[in-house]
Amino acid sequence: MKAKGYETDGAEPGFVLLDRLGSDRLLARMTGVWKIGVRLPRPENVLKQAEPFPSAGHLSFETSGITSWDTSLVTFLSSFLDRCAMLGIQADTAGLPPGVQRLLQLAGAFRSGHEGEKVHEKVTFLERTGGKALGFFQALFAFLLFVGGAVVALGRLLSFHARFRFSDFMAVLQESGPNALPIIFLISALVGIILAFVGAVQLRMFNAEIYIADVVGISMAREMGPMMTAIVMMGRTGASFAAQLGAMETNEEIDALRTLGIDPMEFLVLPRMIALIIMIPLLTLYSDVIGILSGALTGIGMFGIPASQYYEETKVFLTLNQFGIGLAKSVFFGSIIAASGCFYGMRCGRSASAVGDATTRSVVSGIVFIIVADGTFAVITSVLGI
Amino acid sequence: MKREDPIALRDITLAYDSLLVLKDVNFQVKRGDIFVIMGGSGSGKSSLMKAMTGLLPPVRGQVFYEGVDFWEAGPATRDAILHKVGVLYQRGALWSSMTLAENIALPLEEFTGLGAEEIRDLVNFKLSLVGLSGFEDAYPAEISGGMIKRAALARAMALDPGILFFDEPSAGLDPVSARLLDELILELKQNLHTTIIVISHDLESIFTIADTAILLDSEERTVIASGKPEDLLRNSEDSRVQKFLTRVQTVFPET
Repeated sequence: MKAKGYETDGAEPGFVLLDRLGSDRLLARMTGVWKIGVRLPRPENVLKQAEPFPSAGHLSFETSGITSWDTSLVTFLSSFLDRCAMLGIQADTAGLPPGVQRLLQLAGAFRSGHEGEKVHEKVTFLERTGGKALGFFQALFAFLLFVGGAVVALGRLLSFHARFRFSDFMAVLQESGPNALPIIFLISALVGIILAFVGAVQLRMFNAEIYIADVVGISMAREMGPMMTAIVMMGRTGASFAAQLGAMETNEEIDALRTLGIDPMEFLVLPRMIALIIMIPLLTLYSDVIGILSGALTGIGMFGIPASQYYEETKVFLTLNQFGIGLAKSVFFGSIIAASGCFYGMRCGRSASAVGDATTRSVVSGIVFIIVADGTFAVITSVLGI
Repeated sequence: MKREDPIALRDITLAYDSLLVLKDVNFQVKRGDIFVIMGGSGSGKSSLMKAMTGLLPPVRGQVFYEGVDFWEAGPATRDAILHKVGVLYQRGALWSSMTLAENIALPLEEFTGLGAEEIRDLVNFKLSLVGLSGFEDAYPAEISGGMIKRAALARAMALDPGILFFDEPSAGLDPVSARLLDELILELKQNLHTTIIVISHDLESIFTIADTAILLDSEERTVIASGKPEDLLRNSEDSRVQKFLTRVQTVFPET
């Protein structure tokens, strides 16, 4: 019987015949091709040939019938010999090819040398749950420490004691501000158009298309502008903060700063946080304007609302208050993005996958926190009636 | 421990969470010596360096710099101590967003009152000391591994520290570059009288440069031998010391 897809050159696949020589002696006659890809016997099935087992038997090998072999033979024998030992059968490996004997010896040496390290303790459900809960609180505590550290660093900056490189700050400012304009333009324009369309379909039933202006204006300024900008910036700039700092941590660059007595909080985190917190409200304002304009173009162009009416309607209902709420939110969102990106970057491990993990975690938890913060704002503003 | 010893460790015990790395490590380094910390992988060499360079607080014990307890000192004293210490990391750890010149200039800009021109001269001099003049404006990603290490050495020497740490200087280098770095280390000792602490398991390098060495053992989790490597080889009866220094230990069992 041949295994599919493997050429045994017409030779028979590996086979073991267990012979009983006298009452307590076994001889394993091994023949055929023992190579990966050939269908080989299972150790447990081979041993069944010799049932019932002699209580304290001896086993020897006769292997002249083996035409070729690779590590699949060694793997088979390793498991076979383990089973023999469990049954109290003493095996004599002298009949095996010398190379096989040596490989078995090496495998045995490494196994016994490392067994001590691989102790898998059984973890109960309660321990796992407790571990997760403790891990959550530890992470929360670490995040609070991080925020505290950032505030202390800010204090040092304001008292002119911080080690802060202005050139780095300007570079981050450029990266997280002007360079983000095209993507913010695209997203905001689309959101404005979608709002106008969705609103128009409903409002048309009441012949009230003019209120598209209110829908677009208020939702862009209060909700969608800040929210979409924050989500885009989290994925764009927050992720890049996490990846940059993570790669620096992996490369020991942050250790190199610390041993020079330079606080990475002041040197790396502060410029990023400040730049983003300055840029986010400006980008949000830009997003508001683009969204409102594209909504207006949709309303005027596709639903035939006169431009002057649309303008008047927007002017009456879209107060500065609405913009103010949106911009206030955006400052919070900016802090969340920068803190989340930098926090996970600084906690990054020392491997290539650690940088990826740090980036993913920063984006996921950043977006969750942005939405939680937005919900909190919605409650606060409704309680305050603004 | 003498007060004038540039660095001395007393009963240092290190752990990551509940994982014990090293226990009760004691040694002192004489001024101007090259002191080598030897040991196989996982014996805690790098952790020990972290404890001495302010990156890993010990769970017990003290690190003294000229008699001052580093981990008990306030932040200002610690910073002052660290400014007298230079570290060459295993992979260089140059700041990748800056050119070589900026990397070396940063400590000078931050901690000295020097003007731009003086800093530039110092940077050029340090780079030429390690054979890298002409590479001032190169970024770390644009140069080879051996050059990164030499540039990192120039950065470690930026503030002319009294103590220099080398974390596995020959790791990842071809034999020629590794010997070149050894020669640089000897030159620094002879001409600048810098106290040098090297973490290494490169025997050729150890026998070339070490004045004193200690051997850390991953089973005992502490120092199992100390002295001049040649003396250890000649006189030590500990089989682990002999195995380490003659490299007869193989991972494969003998037949």
